[in-house]
Amino acid sequence: MSIAETSLPLEQAVGQAASLPLKIVRDATCTFCGCVCDDIDLTVEGDKITKAKNACVLGKSWFFNHHIEDRPEATIEGRPVSYDEAFDAAADILLSARYPVTYGLSDTTCEAQRVAVAITDWIRGTVDTTTSVCHGPSGMAFQSVGEVTCSLGEIKNRADFLIFWGGNPAESHPRHFTKYSLMPVGEFVPNGRKDRTAVLIDVRKTKSAKAVDYFLQIKPRSDFELAWALRALAKGLSVDPSIEEATGIPLKTLEEVMEGMKQAQFGAILFGMGLTMTRGKHINSEAVLALARDMNRHTRWVAKPMRGHGNVTGADNVVSWTTGYPFGVNLNRGYPRFNPGEWTTSDLLGRGEADAALIIASDPMSNFNQPARDHLRRIKSIVLDPKLSETAKVATVAFTTSVYGINTAGTVYRMDDVPIPLRPAFDSPFKSDFEVLKAIETRIRQHQLAGRERC
Amino acid sequence: MPTEFILIPGRTSRHGTSLNEGKYSDTYQSEINTLLMNPRDMARLELVEGDCVRMWNRVGEVVVSVKSGKDELPPGLLFITYGDISSRLMGAETHGSGMPDSKGLDVLVEKLVEKVS
Repeated sequence: MSIAETSLPLEQAVGQAASLPLKIVRDATCTFCGCVCDDIDLTVEGDKITKAKNACVLGKSWFFNHHIEDRPEATIEGRPVSYDEAFDAAADILLSARYPVTYGLSDTTCEAQRVAVAITDWIRGTVDTTTSVCHGPSGMAFQSVGEVTCSLGEIKNRADFLIFWGGNPAESHPRHFTKYSLMPVGEFVPNGRKDRTAVLIDVRKTKSAKAVDYFLQIKPRSDFELAWALRALAKGLSVDPSIEEATGIPLKTLEEVMEGMKQAQFGAILFGMGLTMTRGKHINSEAVLALARDMNRHTRWVAKPMRGHGNVTGADNVVSWTTGYPFGVNLNRGYPRFNPGEWTTSDLLGRGEADAALIIASDPMSNFNQPARDHLRRIKSIVLDPKLSETAKVATVAFTTSVYGINTAGTVYRMDDVPIPLRPAFDSPFKSDFEVLKAIETRIRQHQLAGRERC
Repeated sequence: MPTEFILIPGRTSRHGTSLNEGKYSDTYQSEINTLLMNPRDMARLELVEGDCVRMWNRVGEVVVSVKSGKDELPPGLLFITYGDISSRLMGAETHGSGMPDSKGLDVLVEKLVEKVS
């Protein structure tokens, strides 16, 4: 959808210093991180964003560094081609594959995600998202112990005790502290920061440590033990003082923290990938989710993962409401099956099983383990990305796409599962992920339906 | 003599801003190629900022430059910004979770005598 087709709160004006038309986009949405701040006022000069009021350092960098690049719209084996030629080649690859995997999807719109799932269904492939190497273990933990949850608005208005665990929001989600959790004035916390107690649990004394009241610097790989010690204290059980040797945190400190947790009116544990990426993974997340559940015997507590990519939460939602499972979904038998470790992309590639890949807005050639990278280099792949990446370089068919939220409208989900519309700033000559995927899907269906008619 | 450490790959503010400039920008490449180390460990290994070390485990090997982690890191713990370099030390085993061990990696480190360009 182009800007002209949207009913957005745009104000047109004539540029003063430059001859380029000046445009203000009010309440634009930043899609750099899972905070998905939707109160950014953008000043747009031609195809450049020159001001991003309210944006954090990461948001400013996101808005200022995405302009129209001088790149071909598509390539096949590195050779510039037309969109139509690339659509045909992409459809051929996917139709010929016996075990294709669709991967990425956390930096694109829900509308594009939905088409990607549909393509995977038509070709009986596997659909997986970057969640599997992010909070996928937390997704598994939700299924095991459930999730006591809430919106970020509730945390802003109610939370008087916050635990940040295995994350560094000061650097990864800079506005989380100021807009949603630690600092803002809320209905039941009228004095903002003064009404809140904050704890950080981490192996590193990060910049976030300066913002909290208690910093618990735990030993590496001891999150599970610490969470279970707190669970025991929550249930009134005795904990052996040797917990200090295991976790680095004295029992007395844990007892003090637990007392504060019990006294709170509304507590929230906000946990990061320090839990999910470390040995234990889903059982670390399970332990923290179970702790929040246990605390509800005393007072209101919730636990929420801190999500990284701008629409990784949307990917979880879209894949869930289309297949019933959040990631790592195999559709080969015509119905969805879920099995992390089997149908997650790192495993499929690392074991050399997938024979083709459709990768949307992700760069596994830079971020995956070496065996997975080696296999991805060997198989045919189709890559959609606004910027050149190592993954795009090895792609059989590569598409340059427009940037969601800057050039493309659509819907994304904030980390608390709240859907938010995008208000793009300027048009791009490149097609959106949605348009590219829809064209590939159309060709796949034409081919499949023609084959059915011949039968 | 190689020294054992635990490596924590993770994201930083500079990683986020330079990522938007592009993964081929000097800033991004410098960010993902720099290893943070406790000052006492640096002294023990006779390292000064800018020195290069070889870091490896059973999966892979990388060469990175060293910077003081000041009081952010306790002795024995290293930090590197998540990216191509850190992922070379990541194994394919996910223990049925889909997630490879990506933080808390056991690594060995030794000082490189020769500077690497």
